[in-house]
Parts: sequence; C-alpha cells; structure tokens
Amino acid sequence: MTKLLQTLFDGVAVGSLYALIALGYTMVYGILQFSNFAHSDIFMTGAWIAYVVSAAAGWAVIGGDTPPLYSGLVALLASMAFCGLLGFGIERLAYRPLRKAPRLNVLITAIGISLFLENIGQRKELFGTQPQKMPQLLPDTTLFTVADVNFRIVDLTVIAVALVLMGVLQWLVFRTRLGRAMRAVSYNIPVASLMGINVDRVISITFVIGSTLAAAAGFLYVMKYPGALKQPADSTWILLGLKCFVAAVIGGIGNVRGAMLGGVLIGLMEMFGAAYLSPHMRDIYVFSLLIIVLLVRPAGLLGKATVEKV
Amino acid sequence: MLSARASALRPGLAWVLPRAVGPLVAGVVVAFLLQLVVVPILGPFYEKLMMDIGINCLLAVSLNLVNGFTGQFSIGHAGFMAVGGYVAGAVTYYGSFVLWGSAAVHGGFLGGGDLLFLLGCVVGGLFAAGAGYLVGLPSLRLRGDYLAIVTLGFGEILRVLLQQTGDVIFVPAQIEQASAFTLATSLGGALGFSGIPFYTTVFWVYVMLGLLLVVAYRLKESSEGRAFLSIRENEIAAEAMGIDTTKYKVRAFVLAAFFAGIAGALFAHETGTTLNPRELGFQKSFDIVIMVVLGGMGSISGALLAAGLLTILPELLREFSDWRLVVYAVTLIVMMRVRPQGLFGIREIWELGRPRRGAQEKRP
Amino acid sequence: MRSDARPLGYFTALLSTLTLALGPTLLGGCDKMRGGGGGGEPEKGKAPESASGASSAKPADPAGDTILIGEFGSLTGSEATFGQSTHNGIMLAIEEVNAAGGVRNKKIAVKTYDDQGKSQEAGTVVTRLITEDKVVAILGEVASSLSIAGGRVAQQYGVPMISPSSTNPQVTQIGDMIFRVCFIDPYQGFVVAKFARENLKLGNVAVLYDQAQAYSKGLKDDFIKSFKEMGGAVPSEQAYTGGDQDFSAQLTTIKGTNPDAIFLPGYYTDVGNVALQARKLGLTATLLGGDGWDSSKLTEIGGPAIEGAYYSNHYSHEEQRPEVQTFVKKYQAKYNQVPDGLAALGYDSARLLFEAMGKAPSLGGKELAAALAATKDFKGVTGVISIDADRNAKKPAVVLQIKGGKPAYAATIAPN
Repeated sequence: MTKLLQTLFDGVAVGSLYALIALGYTMVYGILQFSNFAHSDIFMTGAWIAYVVSAAAGWAVIGGDTPPLYSGLVALLASMAFCGLLGFGIERLAYRPLRKAPRLNVLITAIGISLFLENIGQRKELFGTQPQKMPQLLPDTTLFTVADVNFRIVDLTVIAVALVLMGVLQWLVFRTRLGRAMRAVSYNIPVASLMGINVDRVISITFVIGSTLAAAAGFLYVMKYPGALKQPADSTWILLGLKCFVAAVIGGIGNVRGAMLGGVLIGLMEMFGAAYLSPHMRDIYVFSLLIIVLLVRPAGLLGKATVEKV
Repeated sequence: MLSARASALRPGLAWVLPRAVGPLVAGVVVAFLLQLVVVPILGPFYEKLMMDIGINCLLAVSLNLVNGFTGQFSIGHAGFMAVGGYVAGAVTYYGSFVLWGSAAVHGGFLGGGDLLFLLGCVVGGLFAAGAGYLVGLPSLRLRGDYLAIVTLGFGEILRVLLQQTGDVIFVPAQIEQASAFTLATSLGGALGFSGIPFYTTVFWVYVMLGLLLVVAYRLKESSEGRAFLSIRENEIAAEAMGIDTTKYKVRAFVLAAFFAGIAGALFAHETGTTLNPRELGFQKSFDIVIMVVLGGMGSISGALLAAGLLTILPELLREFSDWRLVVYAVTLIVMMRVRPQGLFGIREIWELGRPRRGAQEKRP
Repeated sequence: MRSDARPLGYFTALLSTLTLALGPTLLGGCDKMRGGGGGGEPEKGKAPESASGASSAKPADPAGDTILIGEFGSLTGSEATFGQSTHNGIMLAIEEVNAAGGVRNKKIAVKTYDDQGKSQEAGTVVTRLITEDKVVAILGEVASSLSIAGGRVAQQYGVPMISPSSTNPQVTQIGDMIFRVCFIDPYQGFVVAKFARENLKLGNVAVLYDQAQAYSKGLKDDFIKSFKEMGGAVPSEQAYTGGDQDFSAQLTTIKGTNPDAIFLPGYYTDVGNVALQARKLGLTATLLGGDGWDSSKLTEIGGPAIEGAYYSNHYSHEEQRPEVQTFVKKYQAKYNQVPDGLAALGYDSARLLFEAMGKAPSLGGKELAAALAATKDFKGVTGVISIDADRNAKKPAVVLQIKGGKPAYAATIAPN
C-alpha cells in the first residue's frame, strides 16, 4: 500500500514536470504544425542558467552555507527570463524566415539549433564539458508523512509550481484576448491575420511562453534531482525531451490539456513500470505506450481527428 | 479487350531488355572501375571515405522513397539500418565460424566469404523489409507527425532491446554448441557487435548503390512510382483516382527498409566500424533525414550529393575539432534559410535547367 | 510515356555518383602533394586484406627529424572529460621526452583527432592517422567500445596501438598489435571482491549497474563471479540505463534485501546521484566502485553521501613513490589541477611507447610491437608495469576510500 501510494505520488511529481515541457512542444505544434526538437535544449539551458546564477551568487560553493530561501525563486526567475529571451531570439532569427517554407525545413532548422545549443554550451567559456554539482536551493526535508509516504518539500514544490504555471496558461489561452488570438492563429493563419491579428507577434509570444515553461521545468528538474547537472551534450537531455514530446503526442499534439494529461500519464507509466516491472526498461514502456495509444486513437487521447479539406 | 490493346502497345523485349539491364551493368562497371582504378590511386583512407559516402547515399536515397516520393515522414530509418546490420553481421560472423572455424576474411573476390557476405546482405535486407512492413502498417491509420513519432519509437525500442543482448561469443567450441536462439541474442549488447569480418569494399557498396539508383529512378518515372508521388502531392486526390494509398505507403516503407537494411549490412562489414546500438538511435536517423531534405525531397541526385557533402564536411573540419559541430549546425541552419527547397528541389541534377513544373516546389 | 531522355538520365545519375565518389580526390590532392613519397601506394585489390603485413608500406625509420604518433580520444561529446584528461597526460609525457632530447635523436610529434565518443568516428580517425598521417603508433581510447573499433583498424594495418585505460578484456584480444597499460575488468572485479571479502569482511553485496555501458556490465559480471567464488553472496542485482535520474525503484528493492554494501560499477556522475538517493532512502550500506569513479567531481556531487565509500583505481596521487610525486608536481604546474587516474594512464602509455621506440630495432609495426610486448618492470606512475602474453599490463591496483571529501589511499592489491 505504501509502495503504491509512494509510486503514485512520485509519478505525479515527475509527470507534472513532463507536462510542463510537453506544453512547450504542443503549443508550438498547435500554432505552427512542426515539432520543435530544439525544445529539449532550451530546457537544458534553463537548468544550466539556474546553476550559473547560483554559482555567481555564491550558492554553489561545495560545503558552503545553505543558500537563502529566496535563492530558488531568483534562480527560477532568472532562467525563465533568459530562456524566454532565447526562445524569442530563436524564433525571430531562425524560424520566422521559414514561415512559408515546408515544415520539414523548419524541423531540420530545429535540429540545427539543437546541435548548435548543445555544442556551443560545451565551450569552456559557457558551461563546459564537466558535469556540475547542482546546489540544493529548495529545502530538502519531508513536510509531512501520510501512511509512511514521504511528501518532500521539493516534490510538492514541483507539483505546485507546475500546477500554478499550467493554471496561468489555461487562463491565458482560454480566457484572454491573447489566448483567443493564439487559438485563432492555430486554426488558420491567413484568416487570423485578415481578422487583424498580428500573427508574428502571437507566434513570438507563443515561443516565449513555451520557452519560459521549459526553463521552469529545467529548474524544477535539477531541484528534484539535485546531484549531477549533466553536461550540455549529454544524451539525458535529449531523451528527456523526447519523452515529453511523446507525452504531447499521447495527449493529442496541439492540445494544451492533452499535453498535461500525457505528461502525467507518462510519469505514472514510468514510475509504475519501474516499481512493479523492471526499472531499467523505462524507455520501452514509454514508447510502447505511445504506439498502443496511437493505434487505438490515432490523434492522441484528446486530439481531434482533423477533417481533411479537399 | 482493353488489356489486349494495352499489351499490344507495350514495347517488345528487344526494346526493354537493354534499357532494363543496361543501367545495372553500367553500375557494376562503374563500381568495378572505382575499385580497380580509383581506390589504388587514392589509398585506404579515401577508400573508407568512399565507402562511407556510398553507404550514406544508400540510406539517403532509400529514405527518399518514403519521405521524398511518398510524402510520408519517417524518422526511424537508422532502426532499419540496425536490423539489417545486426542480422547480416550475425549471418557472416557466426556463419564463418560454422563454415570455416574462424571469423577471419575468407576467400578472395567472390570467394566463399564474399558469397556468405552477400547472403548476409540479402537476409539482412529482408529482415529489415519485414520490420518495415510492421512499422508501415500503422500508416494505415496515422498521418504526418504521428507516423513520424511511431517510427522514432520503433527505433528507440529496438535500440534498448539491442543493448540487452549478450556478449559476442568468440570461442568456436561454444558457438558449435550454442542454439540458434543463443546466437541470435549474443550480439554484443552495449559494447557493440565487434568481430564481424571486413568484407565491404568500394565495389560492393557501389554495386548496391547502382541497384538502388536504378530502382529509385525507374520508380520515379514509372506508373507504379507515379502512384507514390501522387500520395505526396495530394493523398485524397490520389485516392479519388483509384490508388490504394495504404498499399503504396506500405510498399514504400518496405522497399526503403530493404535498402536501409542492405546499407546496414554494408556498414556492419566495413573496416573500422562497429555496430553499436547507441550510435544507431534517432540521432543517426536525423542525420539521414537531413541528407534527404538538404538534397531536396524527391530528388535522387540531390540526396546523393547531400549525402556526399555531409560525409565529407565533418572530415574536412576535423582539424578544428573544437568548433566543427558548431559550424555544422550553423551550416545547416543557414542552408535551410537560403535554399529551403534543398539543393535541387524535387528535380534531378540534369533537370535543373528546365523551367519549374508548376507549383510543385512549394509542396511540403 | 516512352521517352528517350530516360536512359540518359541513368547515365547522368551514374555520372553524378562517380563525381561524388571522386570528390575525395580533390580533397586529397593537396595532401598527396605535400606528402611527397606518401602517394606511391603499391597497387592492392583489397587494401586492408593483407592484415599485419601492410606495415611494409611504411619506411622503417621516418625521414625528417620528428617521429609522428597518433592519438584519438573523445574531446567532445558525453565522455569529453575522459578524453581531455588522457590528452593532458600524453602531452605532458611528450613535452618531457622532447625536453630530454626525444627518442632515437628525433623529436616526438603527436596528431590528435576527436572521435566524439562514437565508434564509427573512432574507426575513421584511426584509418586517417595510419594511412594519411602515417603515424608509427597510436595511443587511445578510454572507452572500450571505441578502443575496439579503432584497434581493429590498427591491427588490420599492423600499427601498434596502446590503450591507456580501456579495461574490457576484448580490447587486446583483437590481435598482436593492441596493448594496454591498465589492468582489465576481471582483475578489477577480483580486486574489489577481494577487498570487500577480506579487508572489509562483507558477506552480502548488492549490485546496481548501468546496462547501457559495456564497462559497467562487464565489471559487474566479473565482480559477481569473483565475489561468489570467495564465498560472498549477491542478494540483488539491479540495472539502470545511463541518463536515468531516478534510481528509487532499484534502491528500494536493494534496501529490501538489506545488504552490507552496494557495488556501483558505473561512471561518477551516475554514482554521485545514486549515492545521494540511496542515503535519502535511508540506505546506510557501504558503497563500492571501480575506476569509473575516478573524478574530483564525484565528491562534489556525492558530498556527504559518498563519504566512506571505497573504489579501486589505477593509482593514488598520495602514493609516496617518487614517480607519482614528480608526475603530480609537474602536472599541477602545467594544468593547475590534481591529475586523475586517466591522466596518469595517458602519461604512462606515452612513456611506455617512447621506451619501446627507443629499444626497438626499427619503428616498423612488427618490431615496435615486439618491443612493446617485451616491456618488463617499467616504472610507471600507475605502478610497475609488465606486459603479459595477452598484451595486458600486469600491475597492482589500489583501493581508495573517500574521507573528508577526498580520496585517500586505503590498500594496494597485487595480482596473485
């Protein structure tokens, strides 16, 4: 029973992280219909910026004092701001000129950007090739225990921050003028622009939002697993991004709520698979779930099958 | 009635045969010349580079059948390559032990070893084609990016499974006693399948490439192949014209997978390569997609040129190891921006001078 | 439909293939010009066919006043830290030998290529080193899978290769041209098992290994074999995949078996994370490991969680032997950091090569390999090295314990 509850809790915690990243994939896809494979690198950059900021602030000294309580918030906001800018820049410089190009080109550009970020991140002047010790910016204590299940502050913060961000996004997309513009653009770009929507601006904002969410996820990720911050070219980052992309697809890519559902599902699948089946086959569970879901529901769980126009 | 009239119009054997066999023969001759004349002049390193180029050309042109011709989007091509490579490697490696007691290169040109290697290539290709059939089936229901992610998932599952396999057995006595199942699961795991004899030569690579080029070119210019192209241009219109789109999509997958399997087999037997599951994952698949897009989706000669360039470029940049992948990435981004349709668009190199065919260039 | 343009199309296609295939000629042109005598390769149908005999194409003693050796390593990619440490060690050895007048009255020059930690690249760069740069010997790789990929090429062309730190037994089984200066996994497994059984008197040791790393998998097998032979028990054997961040499922299972110690034959980044999570779950068992732990980052990442853990290594920079102390001093002066085991092995591999070069009658592949094989009681930083019949280094291993955030010397275990 304890094991079941603990697994459930861990699954939800990891799942909400995945959901945050999956949102970035799904939002870009919803509007531009392409898979932004550079997203995993934005996420990586977010994690590293959190480290760089804490190192600069003197919170990352090995064996040093416990960092102040506000340190987590500072690092989170710094990495969100930086990645927001990065996302804006990437869209402006690399994707916008390709607005009319075939989608595959945009995809290749995304791969190019991903390679670029990874390899430039490896430079000595930036993050380097060494893994770094991520300081524990959030207090790592158990808040309360129910039925022998430890609810740790870190995990609860992860879930809370993820929920808040997703709530804000829900409100933004479904309750504001901007959100309506975003949805209009995702239905039909030419018509939306005829309606007086500044399409370029909406797309820019979408990228910025997606990237800030990824940065937040990057930060939360290194808080949840505070040991080694893997070096920029490590396959961990790409694999993680891939899993979250799978989450977005399972939920129905382009669908904001679907991404959240997919993220949590993948998190649960992984944790339950690891706890009750064998722990080293996680990737197989994730991809098998994907194939099964797509065979049953080709457009994902919440995705609508699009009617083809002739 | 109609069929009788159609067959009357069909050209006779005397017309068809030289045109069907001619290019193949020419391919073999070219491959032979490359091996006998060019390789000795260039030396072993460029020989290896030529083999790498040839193998990448095989991969790019075969993927082009799915991505370029049929307009489907597969990013799991390295998975088929892995299937072909591992199957062929197992056939020649363990086969050599059973037949000759060691895995050294056996016999000269077209000797016993070469024949076993060819058998391996064909078996590897067939297994890969089988895998292609299995992966192609979901395309009954999936479109666009959903299909892409399934192919990617296939590749990743395969990679994890290959990492679980046991160590390669290299003691002849153990191999004789082992069951077929044990042998099939002793493929080196994470260390990679090493020990496969080096049978691949420039000749074999370019013979296979010649074969694929003939197949691809004939496909592009035949009514059978037009069915593929029609799916790319407009799937619904194709269906309305009575084309069984599902059948053709699966065909494209199977054919592409077959040649990817052969490419994998050639790769497995090349000097200085080791089959390693870690390196046959989605990143390798992306590399192949990049070649196809860079060359121009649907352009055979474009895929060839792009595969060649992208194999040579990293080698040229090797001296600047620090910056080379950054340069590669930037080249890719710039290339997509200045020439979004790829080097040749959907045209072939000899068609470049001709006026564009309608709006085709704008197709995704 | 019947168009005469088509056959022409084929030939253009074939032609473009030909142009592509010939592309390298243009590339190679200048190199060939520069290389002078290098271009005159004897005509061979299948160049690499003639195994180790191919070395005859090389002049026994290269003209000019330098001897070129080759190095390949992972200077970028996930394993970049390993490649860079090894490279530093090699460069230090070269600097030293050149300052002392070189080998055979010639200076040593090195050509280093990056293989990005990919086996295909490893095969390509070794081919390039041998056939284009005409190196007399090759130093490289850390990861066994890459040493195997490169080693098969070196063996094919009959050029000796020394791997500084690949511990998988298969590396030197490639053939008579492949050597190494480190111990092998079965021995390392034996060392850790012996230390656990005899020094620590442990009975139950659980294992958690990285199933995507051949190194980790091999070391795990060898440890379990030795440990069981010595009468120990392995109650639980768990796996993870490199890149995993969450080990709680495996550690919970391990905790259920209540072992005395946990053997972690992985690389230091994962080990640091495992240690942190193990302590969080309340696992207090001693941690044991192999040479993959060797990095100053381990204690930074693991912090207090890794305190008191033991691991086997190639050397300890605290050892008082004069070789170690002078090496550590020089290395610190040059790179401003404490050399790790990989740097020491890189240094030793280069020095061992220079010694063999000095002794060999000529620098041809066979002669050099024979000189390398004859190495006896070479006083290296990582111990006294003798090359055995399988071209492996026979030498002791040290066991280190992490004390106060630093690895401290705990024991030396010599081969039987």
